[in-house]
Formats: sequence, structure tokens, C-alpha cells
Amino acid sequence: MAVAGAMNLILQRHPIHSALSLIVVMVALAGLYLLLDAEFVAAVQIIVYAGAIMVLFVFVIMLLNAGAEERTDFSRMAHYAGIPLAAILLVVLAYRVARASAAMVAQPTAEQATRELSMLLFRSYMFPFELTSILILIAILGALVLAKGDG
Amino acid sequence: MDSHDRRRSRRLGGVTKVVPISYYVTLSAVLFGLGIAGVLFKRNIITIFMSIELMLNAVNLAFVAFGRSLGQLQGQVFVFFVIVVAAAEAAVGLAIVIVVARSRQSLNVERVNLLKL
Repeated sequence: MAVAGAMNLILQRHPIHSALSLIVVMVALAGLYLLLDAEFVAAVQIIVYAGAIMVLFVFVIMLLNAGAEERTDFSRMAHYAGIPLAAILLVVLAYRVARASAAMVAQPTAEQATRELSMLLFRSYMFPFELTSILILIAILGALVLAKGDG
Repeated sequence: MDSHDRRRSRRLGGVTKVVPISYYVTLSAVLFGLGIAGVLFKRNIITIFMSIELMLNAVNLAFVAFGRSLGQLQGQVFVFFVIVVAAAEAAVGLAIVIVVARSRQSLNVERVNLLKL
């Protein structure tokens, strides 16, 4: 389902259709996180990605009144370099995964994983956490300045 | 065997063993490849941004899957940070998109080949 949504994302020519299929991908990934016993990440995925970020995308698409993608002559660079590069990347990744998959067995996670996660986040990773809040603040200011700049 | 152990053993023999970690990693690789294809082939700047978000999601899935396979929670902490950075990037990036679209009257990246008009 996630793969179908992602295929749809790059096959659609209208940006709003791509955005909607990206939401499908994100909800499917949240389900996979639940299967992986990562409840907190699943909730954050739904709230932040499918909620906030996608609302931002849809809002910008509608604000800019984006129509269907105009068909230009296909960039030669992308045509000759892109397809082989993507194919090589996929083959290498598939090879590594296929070779390494024997060693990978799902370990049982701790009970009350979210509680453990919060302990880890607010004790061991306190400084990076504060750093990300400063990053968010700078991003808000930057977005404001950019969008207001010559408007 | 107390209830804790029983729950753990049931979880080991239950749903989670049916789906091996390598499936998740493969799905992550496929999603990442599709994201790269989107970045390379799409001409709409918003769709390119969405492809980047798709790649970030693929990496998140790999983080959670590997963290699960190693029995550690650090992967989820890192996913949290990646999501935060992705949110910041989306905010700044879409602001840039708005400014560029205002000045160029176009969302096509092939029309945006000058830093300054």
C-alpha cells in the first residue's frame, strides 16, 4: 500500500494528487510503526507528518494555485544519468539486504516502550532536544522573513 | 514464568515474527528509490519537496526497523529528531517556494535557473 501510494506520488501530474497520495504513504507507514511496536513514533508520524506538514503542503499548493505540471522536453541529464543511478542504487541495496537479512531477527522490545523512550529522550538526549527546539525557532523566523520579504 | 515473561514469549512467537525485519528494510529501500526518482524526474518544485519528504520517511522506517532488530530505542529517538528537522525544512522550503513562485510566476524548476532575476 505504501509502495502504491509512492508510485502514485511520482506518476501523478497534478501536485494536489501527489500530496494526497503522500498522505496515504504516511498513514501506511504509521501502521507499520505500530507493527514494529513503536507507538510513539506512529503517533508523531500521524500528528506531525500527516497533520502539520501535509496541511502546509496543501496550503501552499492552493495558495500558489498550482495547475498540472507542464510537459517540458525531458531533461537529458536525468534521462541518461538518473535511471541507471536509481537502478544501481536499488540493486546494491537489495543485495545488501538480501545478504544481511539472515542476521536480523526482531528482538522483543521493552514493555512500556514509550516510557523508556521518554527517559532516553529527556535524560540522555537532553542537549540535542534543546538544540532541535532552537532549530525550530530559527526555521519559524526564517520562514516568516522569507514569506514576508518581498510580498 | 511470570506474566511479564509470558507476554514477551507470546510476542516473540506471535505477529512480530511473521514479518521479518528485512521486509521493512526492503520497503524502505524501495520508497527511497521512488523518492530519488521523483526528485530526478519531476518538474514541479512542490512535488520535488514531497519526494524529499518521502525519502526522509523511508529512512525513518529503516531506523525504526533496525532499532527493533537490535532491541534498542535509540533508533526511535533519532526518528523523532529526523521528524523535527523535516518539519523545519518543510517550513523554510515552502517559504522559499512561495517567494520563488511569486518572482518567477512558475513552479517549473527548469524556469528557475537564475539566482537573481
